Amino acid sequence: MAKGQIVAGCLAPHPPHLVYAENPPQNEPVAEGGWEQLRWGYERLRASLADIDYDAIVLLSPHWQTYVGTHFLGLDHFEGLSVDPIFPNLFRYHYNMNVDVELAKAIHDEAEAAGLPVKMMENPDFRVDYGTITTGHLFNPDWDKPLVVISSNRSTAYYSVEVMQEIMIELGKVTRKAIEASGKRVVVLASNSLSHRHFTTESEVPEDMSKEHITSHAMHLWDMRIIDYMRSGQAQRILDEMPEFTEQAIAESDGGGLSWLLSTLDVPDYPAILHGYGTIIGTGNAVVEWPCHAHEVSEA
Amino acid sequence: MSSGEVVASFVVPVHPHTVLAPGQNPGWQRLRDALDEAAQTIQDLEADLIIVYSTTWPSIIGHQIQADPNPEWVMVDHDFHDLGSIPYSFNIDAEFAHAWDEANRQRGLQSRCVNYKGFPIDVGSVVALTLLNPDNAIPAVIVSSNMYANRSETTVLAKSCLDVIKAQGRRAVAITAMSLSNRMFTDFISPDEDKIHSLKDDEWNRKILEFLEQGRLEDVGQLSRTIQQQIRVQKVVAFKPMWWLSAMNGNRNDLTGRVMAYEAIHGAGGAVVHLDPTSSGVGDKEYDEDDVEYYHGERDVLDIVEEEVVESQPTVDAPDETSNGPDLWEPTEAKGSVNTTAAPKPVGAYPHARRVGDMLFLSGVGPRQPGTNAIPGGPIHDENGDPLPYDIKAQTHAVVDNVKRIVEEAGASMDQVVDVTTFLVDMKRDFQGYNEVWAETLGKVGPTRTTLAIDALPTPIAVEMKVIVHMPE
Repeated sequence: MAKGQIVAGCLAPHPPHLVYAENPPQNEPVAEGGWEQLRWGYERLRASLADIDYDAIVLLSPHWQTYVGTHFLGLDHFEGLSVDPIFPNLFRYHYNMNVDVELAKAIHDEAEAAGLPVKMMENPDFRVDYGTITTGHLFNPDWDKPLVVISSNRSTAYYSVEVMQEIMIELGKVTRKAIEASGKRVVVLASNSLSHRHFTTESEVPEDMSKEHITSHAMHLWDMRIIDYMRSGQAQRILDEMPEFTEQAIAESDGGGLSWLLSTLDVPDYPAILHGYGTIIGTGNAVVEWPCHAHEVSEA
Repeated sequence: MSSGEVVASFVVPVHPHTVLAPGQNPGWQRLRDALDEAAQTIQDLEADLIIVYSTTWPSIIGHQIQADPNPEWVMVDHDFHDLGSIPYSFNIDAEFAHAWDEANRQRGLQSRCVNYKGFPIDVGSVVALTLLNPDNAIPAVIVSSNMYANRSETTVLAKSCLDVIKAQGRRAVAITAMSLSNRMFTDFISPDEDKIHSLKDDEWNRKILEFLEQGRLEDVGQLSRTIQQQIRVQKVVAFKPMWWLSAMNGNRNDLTGRVMAYEAIHGAGGAVVHLDPTSSGVGDKEYDEDDVEYYHGERDVLDIVEEEVVESQPTVDAPDETSNGPDLWEPTEAKGSVNTTAAPKPVGAYPHARRVGDMLFLSGVGPRQPGTNAIPGGPIHDENGDPLPYDIKAQTHAVVDNVKRIVEEAGASMDQVVDVTTFLVDMKRDFQGYNEVWAETLGKVGPTRTTLAIDALPTPIAVEMKVIVHMPE
């Protein structure tokens, strides 16, 4: 069996506003557009990977929040209605997705062997979180690739960003190891925003872009700093500054997705591609691709 | 109806173990038994409304209130999915939800109702309503916990709820779905290994429960920030429910409390506590945070000002900021002038009032006191122009008193006031307080009114009124 390979890693945020603005048939509310810079960023990401063949998507969502260990979706198929509990006016999405349980179990087993508390989620009534649905839709609207969905262990809240990073870096290493052992070609997605301070009011027309901007200059500076590191191949500096970034920008990296992603990509020293940046109710969001396929060669 | 009241309050745990697996651990069973007893108590009290403030339903855009009359789905916990599923079908009082939403807006809060098929009711609410209202006999309402809300916002949320309870004459039960310490074990344990995560968490939990057993709910509320720092996992689910529950009970410390159960759920502190509004006769407040009636935060409070002209006026020349204000003048005399030593001296050459035919026109009247020139409620800035705290209600009362003295000097009475123009130097800060005093005084007389925002008044006061009186012979 050929050695498995990560063909791309992406920062792929999940604000439901982007799905709402796009008006896909799966979503009930109707919008007049909005947040085009980010939606077009996702278009560029999809185009960038259109010619790259892969078998599965591995996704970590900060909205499947687990306090006791890290969990993995463990059934072949999920479908249902996902209603965002915070923005139900924008996101009521009928989802239908397949899971690569074999790969999920492989990552689970590697993590368990490394000493991480892990669990497979095998309750058929489980509702997949809206972060997974949103990123899943925006990255692959056809839903024609199976997913591995990993929960966000809340170790930042319990302990510190440093402890979270230790766990997520280890989880990233075992994720990579399991993917390579699987023989599959995989895209890995971290579904989180950068700075994450929301406005606490909403326009009468939510997609009124005249109201959209970053919540503060400090948030902008942090977002640009992190994006600069991404664009210049300095992933290690992102990990080094993660505690300050997470605290001062109230960043959604507290969920561990970005740390896990960078670890899974073996802390890349090559430039990432920024496909788009924009704010959503004041939070900073970037669509970023690390084109691993151009920098790594699969070994036979 | 206007005799509504909160007939009981309960603190209940949020995790699904009490529904799905009480038999796996004696502590979980004791919590379940206490919840079953609480359900019976609610039934015996003939409550007609259950209100759940849930810490496991976070919101960002203000507070959200469930308004689907019959939400149905199957709830599976994100962590404890292996315990099983909880199907639910609740009886929600949508009319109350909408009234509460409107009351929130009236008190300056950002608020909205949600009514969407498939909305995911949170685990805390599902557990609470499943066990406390097992046959759905009592209509319920659920409110979210805003992740950015502070004490004042959460307190006002309760007061607007009380507004509706009283207006509708309801017999309400207030529920907070919450953990005490919420630090769970971060690894998997067998049910028989369960205990409070640490001795420190246990000590704090017992201190909270000691307070609640003594009925000292407001003291617990005022300790919330300390409790959050000491025994709570940070972010999102702050220890806000006690702010809400205390305000629902009038911010009292003399409730009759009873701790029905206290046990660990995967390390977190789970308790069932009954707070009876019957006075225990003890319990002075040990802490003294301000009471709050209206929310004046960042949520565009001015948007609720209706039927008022709110506009900036040309700047009035500011008084000399290095003195106590401009010189005082003796009121001028002319045909029809009305002056009195019972009113403060003018700050220029004009009378207190002037009568023309059967109309009496008053000069602008502020709150300064005749003789002393003191300002009830305090001046708005010091001699150097630095802002000072002041009480707009006290200033407004003083203005009305001065108006009354001038009107009565003219031989008229307050019920003959027909038109008032009010000037406020800080509309956002002061409108609500001024408006309350107005409602208690001139509002009962019924004159027309215009309220204007201006940059400054000649003396360090916040409010002034221009009054017209119709006084037929």
